[in-house]
Amino acid sequence: MTAAQWLLVLGWAGVTLYALLGGADFGGGFWDMLAGDARRGHSQRRLIESSIGPVWEANHVWLIFVIVLFWTCFPTVFAAVASTLYIPLTLVALGIIARGAAFAFRKASTELWQQRLFGGGFALSSVLTPFFLGTVAGGVASGRVPPGLAAGDLLTSWWNPTSVLAGLLAIGSTAYLAAVFLTGDARRSGEAGLAEAFRRRALVTAAVTGAIMLGGILILRDDAPRLYSGLTGRALPVVVISAVAGLASLALLITRRYALTRVTAALAVAAVLWGWALAQYPMLLPPDVTIERAAASPSVLHATLGVVIAGMIVLVPSLLWLYSLFQRPVPR
Amino acid sequence: MPHLLAAAATPADLFAAREQMALSLGWHIILACFGVGMPALTVFAEWRGLRTGNDDYIRLAHRWAKVMGVLFAVGAVSGTILSFEMGVLWPGLMSVYGQVIGLPFALEGFAFFIEAVFLGIYLYAWDRLPPRRHVLTGLPVCVAGVASAFFVVSANSWMNQPRGFDLVNGTVTRVRPWAAMFNPAMPMETLHMILAAFMVAGFGVASVYAAGMLRGRRDRYHRLGFLVPFVTAAVVTPFQIVVGDSLARMLASHQPPKLAAIEGLNHTGSHVPISVGGVYLDGRMRYALRVPDGLSLLVGYRPGTVVQGLDDVPPADRPPINPVHLGFQSMVAIGFGLLVLGAWFALSWWRRRDLPRSRWFLRFAAVAGIASVVALEMGWVTTEVGRQPWIVWRHQRTADAVNPAPGLWAGLVAVLLVYVVLTVATVYVLNRLRTGPVGAPQEAES
Repeated sequence: MTAAQWLLVLGWAGVTLYALLGGADFGGGFWDMLAGDARRGHSQRRLIESSIGPVWEANHVWLIFVIVLFWTCFPTVFAAVASTLYIPLTLVALGIIARGAAFAFRKASTELWQQRLFGGGFALSSVLTPFFLGTVAGGVASGRVPPGLAAGDLLTSWWNPTSVLAGLLAIGSTAYLAAVFLTGDARRSGEAGLAEAFRRRALVTAAVTGAIMLGGILILRDDAPRLYSGLTGRALPVVVISAVAGLASLALLITRRYALTRVTAALAVAAVLWGWALAQYPMLLPPDVTIERAAASPSVLHATLGVVIAGMIVLVPSLLWLYSLFQRPVPR
Repeated sequence: MPHLLAAAATPADLFAAREQMALSLGWHIILACFGVGMPALTVFAEWRGLRTGNDDYIRLAHRWAKVMGVLFAVGAVSGTILSFEMGVLWPGLMSVYGQVIGLPFALEGFAFFIEAVFLGIYLYAWDRLPPRRHVLTGLPVCVAGVASAFFVVSANSWMNQPRGFDLVNGTVTRVRPWAAMFNPAMPMETLHMILAAFMVAGFGVASVYAAGMLRGRRDRYHRLGFLVPFVTAAVVTPFQIVVGDSLARMLASHQPPKLAAIEGLNHTGSHVPISVGGVYLDGRMRYALRVPDGLSLLVGYRPGTVVQGLDDVPPADRPPINPVHLGFQSMVAIGFGLLVLGAWFALSWWRRRDLPRSRWFLRFAAVAGIASVVALEMGWVTTEVGRQPWIVWRHQRTADAVNPAPGLWAGLVAVLLVYVVLTVATVYVLNRLRTGPVGAPQEAES
């Protein structure tokens, strides 16, 4: 494999981790929104807050990692995507600000009306941000971003059937991941009622998201034929893995084996991302900008690869410690 | 629509993009300073508390940790916006030079990652870790914060002293990313920013307690809350002035148009006076106090030192004079004011082991936080506006870097609204944290 390919794999791993970890946090916001009024939703919101609190900032850095890796290693593609899709990307940026700030503010505020206000901001932006991120992915995947600065259509590049589908899928999968994750967290903290509530939600979102995905295949056939033929051709095994993992999660949820459900649910979502990558490879911007054409100078790629590997050696144990620390009960 | 986009962005869109960047960066930089400086103050307070058993230190550490959590959250998201804006607003820069300046940003990414991980642990694991180990988890936060500032500002210093690549027919080749990062402006510019961060965080936190002491709250808790950050910032200030001086001196040899703009200096020559105050009107500096030979002496230690003026720069390549001149003047004035404040304190402490008795000391200390933020912003105005019309000095004009898409104005308006709301909410929440009862921040606290 070339350095550019390695970096693409590492970058995509970053995208996957952001979708899984950051995605579960966004989904937390989704359930926060639907938790009901302040009194009824209190215990759910408290669970969501305690699950997200210590980890969301670290989860969120994957996005920055991906952006930086992208502009360093594939600068012209980064510029093309950012300039053509500047409207949804600006909305994503605003959503990220509103979300992070509102979440931190809600924790710090004591009065009900403030908690409601900040909670509303947190919840709304938790839903809109993944949607717009999804539309960006849909725009690239359906080949609507040509090379060059702002060379694509500023509106239809992200407001089109594939983009809207990807946006809805993003909301669905983040909600699903969060529900699965929170089910386990609720059971571990001994709140059986909450665990049941989130289990029900996980089942419903799994069904809804699965249905959107199945229907989406028809949309892709019309709107993004290249992607469709990739997904049903070379990437088919990965797509099948996603479907199987999704069905297995349903079975595990029904039998209440929550720890294992986390693994299969993550696999189902990750496989969608890798299926897309495989279907589109070796194009970065379909139909004709390849990885080799878009890659930065070899000296840059090698230096970046070195930095990423060295960085991971420090980062991975730290992250594992963070997650394991807050998955254990508090020592008395 | 695409055929419309072939044209360059309108001047109004360029202006909107610059204002949006200035607003986002100017906002983030304040939070970033607290992200760099506050962990050290907080960890120090916690460590002293554990060492001495003094409960006031522990209470300070708890409260500062909570404030730090809010500031870090807002700083993290406002910093994320900047990475979006690099592409959304300046795709021309990223398309050509993204690979040249990518390395420090990648390193910064990891530093920030480590900071976020250990901050998560530090903030939320007070009851999960033994006290000594808990203090230790704060150290990576301190180190990573400083490292982040170093990496990001080294990318900015490259924009002032671009190198580490060859240009062949407008295409970047033979990129040497480490040479780009270790450019001549890097050592002093990064140091200047890191020291600024400690000044902003130190004077900023101290000013809150100074205001409290003015209102009569003079217990040991408030005294310590004032002393720890104030002494930190006051010790840093003289070093900052030395570093700033050598940074300005470097401009004479490395970026003369910026120095000429700082001084409003029209003509190249020797025996150049230094201008204090004044405004640049009708093509010359008016109402300034002039120190004969001052600038020549500062730049080369000899009155005969030749300093380049604006006449050496084609008119189209000259930065706007007044923002740069006034920005620099106010930064330096505030810097010396803070130096005097620190000296006042040092004198009193040396003589009687106590704060100065005059209430004026506390009054000045109470505004020192705002003043240091103003100085910080003015410093960034000096360096960023002073580089114009270049985004990459002598290589790429800002007008060629901007997104050619229409409608950037709408983005500016949206960002402006979001930042207004964010500012109001942040100030409100911080004010609540200032007065509310505070224990250790815990994840199950709400």
